[in-house]
Amino acid sequence: MSSTLHSFEQAATRAAHDRPQQETVRTSLGTYNRALNAGRERFASWSEARHRARAVKADAVAHLGEYLEQFEAGITSRGGHVFWAETAADARDYILDLARRRGVRSVIKSKSMVSEEVHLGAALEGAGLEAVESDLGEFIVQLRNEPPYHIVTPAMHLRRAQIAALFQQKLGTPAGADSAEDLTMAARHYMRARFASAGMGITGANFLIADAGMVAITENEGNARLTASLPRVHVVLTGIEKILPRLTDLALFWPLLSTAGTGQAITCYSSLIGGPRQPGEADGPEEFHVVLLDNGRTRVLADQERRDTLQCIRCGACLNVCPVFHTIGGHAYGTTYSGPIGAVLTPLLRGEKEFGHLSFASSLCGACTEICPVEIDLHHHLIENRRDSALQHVRPLPERIGMRAFRWLMSDAARYARLAQLARHLLRFKNAWVPEGSPLDLLRPWTASRDLPEPPRESFREWWQRTRQERGGHA
Amino acid sequence: MVTRPRIALFIPCFVDQLLPQVAQAMVRVLERVGCQVEFPAAQTCCGQPAFSTGHWAEARPLALRFAEIFAGPEARQSYDAVVCPSGSCTTMVRNFFPALAHGDAALAQAIAPLHGRVFEFSEYLVRQLNVRDVGASFPYRVTFHDGCHALRELGLYDEPRELLRAVRGLELVEMEETTECCGFGGAFSMQMSDISAALGQRKAANVERAGVDFVTSCDPSCLMQIGGTLARQPGRVRAIHLAEILAAGLDAGLDAGPQDSGAERSAQPSARTTGDAGGARAGLRGPRDAPPAKRAAKPGARAEKRP
Repeated sequence: MSSTLHSFEQAATRAAHDRPQQETVRTSLGTYNRALNAGRERFASWSEARHRARAVKADAVAHLGEYLEQFEAGITSRGGHVFWAETAADARDYILDLARRRGVRSVIKSKSMVSEEVHLGAALEGAGLEAVESDLGEFIVQLRNEPPYHIVTPAMHLRRAQIAALFQQKLGTPAGADSAEDLTMAARHYMRARFASAGMGITGANFLIADAGMVAITENEGNARLTASLPRVHVVLTGIEKILPRLTDLALFWPLLSTAGTGQAITCYSSLIGGPRQPGEADGPEEFHVVLLDNGRTRVLADQERRDTLQCIRCGACLNVCPVFHTIGGHAYGTTYSGPIGAVLTPLLRGEKEFGHLSFASSLCGACTEICPVEIDLHHHLIENRRDSALQHVRPLPERIGMRAFRWLMSDAARYARLAQLARHLLRFKNAWVPEGSPLDLLRPWTASRDLPEPPRESFREWWQRTRQERGGHA
Repeated sequence: MVTRPRIALFIPCFVDQLLPQVAQAMVRVLERVGCQVEFPAAQTCCGQPAFSTGHWAEARPLALRFAEIFAGPEARQSYDAVVCPSGSCTTMVRNFFPALAHGDAALAQAIAPLHGRVFEFSEYLVRQLNVRDVGASFPYRVTFHDGCHALRELGLYDEPRELLRAVRGLELVEMEETTECCGFGGAFSMQMSDISAALGQRKAANVERAGVDFVTSCDPSCLMQIGGTLARQPGRVRAIHLAEILAAGLDAGLDAGPQDSGAERSAQPSARTTGDAGGARAGLRGPRDAPPAKRAAKPGARAEKRP
């Protein structure tokens, strides 16, 4: 058993029994659901918006190279730099090297899942740089020394009281200062000093606009635009799949992303950034770098079946509607991207052997596919991932043998009928002699929490056979 | 004279072996609305357990087998439609067989004639026969659970509800989160049993809160999960398949028969043919402390005597 599987099973089991945690998440998602439903109503046709968004992103992904080069040309024409990072290490090294060359001692960050993906925070710290998250949720989980719980709302698993206690301990806020406003002001006070002293600002990107050669950033706190404009050096760290062909596509994608992500019509701040400060401009960084990360994405691009996963705009809607995510939460996955998109994408990016089990942690209910604003066929991709796991023989031996036996059993009706009848007898025997859910019970994974139907003495086919003659008289 | 639709029964293996009363009830209802039913005895399983766990090489021969039994040249002459009391198994045949057949020309050719011939039970009644009132009577409060495959893969939402609303005495109560998964998920229920059980408990709590006597569904697998979970709880709600509700009270209801059946019903089915399979006393499994009046009859105790 791989260590990732083992730790997933442990964490998922623990979380599945953690009702208070589930309630916190559910409460937060209850608010989201109401906003989402109202948000979808604002569209003349939500389903048409999804169709069009998918078509735009499918085109963007199909011509990824051309659009990225177009984007790059726009950035470089304004004096910005574009670095193509093939691996996570390439991205980290580029940023660390840049920081060294510019004599940067402290870095301010705004929200970027790609920075989580490449473990940038640890790399900066390792290089002796102070790096502070400026997104409030990210800041909170950074203080707790844990990864984001959710790709959009990193601290959704925490109650206000927990955050108040954390701030009291780490920031020295006075006891009793526990209103949302108190806490926000405490974080802002702490961050403002870091903004002023930071030599480098690192942001993510929500979209890369090919025709305009610009980076589009969506946020609610204003910290991202401060990160992008105050420090002398601004680095955008993002995945290559964030490309959109045209500036006008934002007319659809900005409201689509904010509706799917938080239920908002549009987020509070929507920024477009095209390069370093230009002559005559009042603000902006002296230097501007975009790090475009591949890290396995081009492998997914080559996969005709599942390349639509590169259409993902990281709205988090699939997590929000996922009953498994509701139950085990974001940390149990042990990956940067959790929930359905994480369960589909992680095995593709990082291998079936280590992460294939995530595709099995689903009841395949399809709520994710139903909500996805760019129509990624998520739950069917989970089955395709499972197929690949089976083909690569990374599934447990009992399952592989069991499925061979299943095929053998079901390939002959008489064989099936005989053995199933025997199994019913055995099951009745077990029910009579082995207490349900006891350690001797082979069906314990089911019976530990659920009853099984009492096996009948007569199967349907036996009943049909017995009464057939009589039935024939009526037909 | 209108010809009676000739139906091939597609009975999921676990229904065959564990829940025969569900299939018996479906037979009863289909006959009641004028169908002629046949059970192709060579059928076993559609292969979904292998397909959804990724073992497609094991699933393909079973899909091929299924196609030969239900849509081979002989079957095409003998049956007008294939009807199944499970949205999930219907989904396997309709939506997942094509995925299995991708790149397998022989299988693709074999499954092609299945197209447009395989239906989930409520779907067949409402969309194909245009039947809503089958003449059933079931004086209880009932909530409907949307199985994920029936809802999201087959697009069935109104069909079972229309059938339930036409049942005499039945009060349909919508629970909260009715479209949220019950957590069964096939092998998932065993392999990730803690997660599955937690989802089942949430679903069961929603059922309990609805203040109903029964929870029903088009999917017997969901009902095993929900009913099995409810059975461990102090409440008295029981799980029962839609077909069992629609078969309830048909004996007494001969005079107040179906009103809008699109199928020809010249031959009234005999009550004897299906025994008491579909009555209100059926059910997937009741809680251990249910009152006698609502107690689920042990399926084993219900086997009819030979005539």
